[in-house]
Amino acid sequence: MSELEFRTAIRDAIDEEIERDPAVVFFGEDVAAPGGVFMTTPGLHDKHSQDRVFDTPISELAMAGAAFGAAVTGLRPVIEIMFGDFMALPMDSLVNQSAKFWYVSNEQASVPLVVRSAVGAGGRFGAMHSQIHATWFQGIPGIKIVAPSNPADAKGLLKSAIRDDNPVIFLEHKRLYSMKGPEPTEETVPLGKAAVVREGADITIVSALRGVRDALDAAEDLAGDGIDAEVLDIRSLRPLDHETVLESVARTNRVMIVEEGTRVGGWAGNLLGILAAEGLHDLDDAWIVATDDTPAPYSPTLEDAWLPAGAEIAAAVRERLGVAAAS
Amino acid sequence: MAGTQTERAREHKDRPGESPAEYLDRYGRMRLIRRFEQEIHGLFLKGEVHGTTHLSAGQEAVPVGVCSALEPDDYAAGTYRGHGHALAKGTDPEALAAEMLGRATGVCGGRAGSMNVIDLPNGLVGCFGIVGGSIAAATGAAMSAQRQGRVAVAFFGDGASNQGYFHECLNWAQVFDLPVVYVCENNFYGEFTPMASVTAGGEIGIRAASFGMQSQVVDGNDLWAVREAALEAVGRARGGEGPTLLECQTYRHYGHSKSDPAKYRPPDEVERWLARDPLDLARARLLDLGLSDDDLASKDAEIDAEMGRAIENALAAPYPDPEQDSGTEFKE
Repeated sequence: MSELEFRTAIRDAIDEEIERDPAVVFFGEDVAAPGGVFMTTPGLHDKHSQDRVFDTPISELAMAGAAFGAAVTGLRPVIEIMFGDFMALPMDSLVNQSAKFWYVSNEQASVPLVVRSAVGAGGRFGAMHSQIHATWFQGIPGIKIVAPSNPADAKGLLKSAIRDDNPVIFLEHKRLYSMKGPEPTEETVPLGKAAVVREGADITIVSALRGVRDALDAAEDLAGDGIDAEVLDIRSLRPLDHETVLESVARTNRVMIVEEGTRVGGWAGNLLGILAAEGLHDLDDAWIVATDDTPAPYSPTLEDAWLPAGAEIAAAVRERLGVAAAS
Repeated sequence: MAGTQTERAREHKDRPGESPAEYLDRYGRMRLIRRFEQEIHGLFLKGEVHGTTHLSAGQEAVPVGVCSALEPDDYAAGTYRGHGHALAKGTDPEALAAEMLGRATGVCGGRAGSMNVIDLPNGLVGCFGIVGGSIAAATGAAMSAQRQGRVAVAFFGDGASNQGYFHECLNWAQVFDLPVVYVCENNFYGEFTPMASVTAGGEIGIRAASFGMQSQVVDGNDLWAVREAALEAVGRARGGEGPTLLECQTYRHYGHSKSDPAKYRPPDEVERWLARDPLDLARARLLDLGLSDDDLASKDAEIDAEMGRAIENALAAPYPDPEQDSGTEFKE
């Protein structure tokens, strides 16, 4: 069976949507002729015209603002803000223009716009190239946030994001770009729906992006100790699909949420708050594994310790459940 | 300069679009904006207009002159001092007044208020509460306009010329040859602070040169001068010759916002600008071009009646019902 690489899934999704819809345009810094700094979009510029795929100045505010103005007048821009950290620069346009337009205009028009970025730590990029900006935006009504954990979902979710009539922030974890996985079975994957990626009876582990891979590793590890963990991939952070998590927790009665980000102000806390408000009767235990309250460090030893990895996730479950490691 | 412009107006008055009758209509649009701002000011003092509001009285010649050079389906983006931008682009005064009053019949159903008016059917992609936002919105609209054979205009103040939006977007537009006209309404004050004390380089128009962009400094109180400059810039944009920056020098009659009595402005400066009220200048020019006092009086009466009806109807309109306003976060 042929396998799909994550970065190819991203490129194919953009390629196919440019082909499908003449309104779709794709632009960003170094995305066209150079093919992207993570080699996610090679060949698109050659295949499609300069009108559809082009390089821009290093002007994130202008890029997001121009994408907004283009989106409310007939185009469907897909833009790349290279690293998620750079999303601090275009925030005014995204927060005050794109996110508010549909509601404030009294629904005269929506803003079909996708903003892709490479996110996350573990690449030794240091504090200003390792953040996940999702939580900066999670409290803003009117903007969707999508966070795939595997190649098939990346393709299907990105295609859905491009077809969606609303602004969508699309996260691509750097440590997933080289991941290979099964080809998608469906053309698109719906936004706002979590997925059960491993069934289990004893505990629900919820994560996103690379964290889902780590949670699956932990679940394998825990199986050796007789702990049957269910793993949920939240896939979208706004809308946040708490229903699927509640259904899982009703069966397992325990939930651990793993976030690459700090506990205060994180999406895990938001989710746990909703679970407590709506599912307290089903919960015997609930907690969060997060990163330390410091910026992401550079040195490999420091960065590895800072990130929640599979072993740490498994250890947290054992400790909480009072189970000793089998080996 | 005024003399030159008057002579030119006389010479050109038989050309299409340049007749005194057409200028009388443009003068009427300016009066509509002036009357609108006066009404909104009064309604604010009565507590009918909420929050804050930024009045554009004194600056009417800029949006009216610029929009007179546009086609109805061209795009414009305005600012939080945007009532004039909307009215010049064609927004219905009653729907705009109702928006200020927070009524269900407002152009945005009462969801937007004074600072954030959007009227896409009239090509107004929005008015933006953040200084400089209109520059980006028009730049993006110009990317669509380039494919649609249209033109986009950004209105913004002198303050916005010190924002990242200005520098990033002017570079962007020049690089991509976009059909956009950047119209800086330089009223010489960024909120309460004199423009000169926070703006390097003296004038704003000259900043275009660093991008290799065409620019012109315009008497923003002279409707004829604004229209002439706008026609040239819009023609260039539509002809595929790229963007233009117009610095239109003008003056606001009120303070920055409703809470600002504008005491920081020297009285002699205010007097000097009030003596160059754009409506008075237009009236004088129209008389000079052969129109009569009666022509002007009847235009005034027509506009005042229109505004009276608009305000009356807007005040009679219902507030939105929270039970009925089924606003959604996302388009489904």
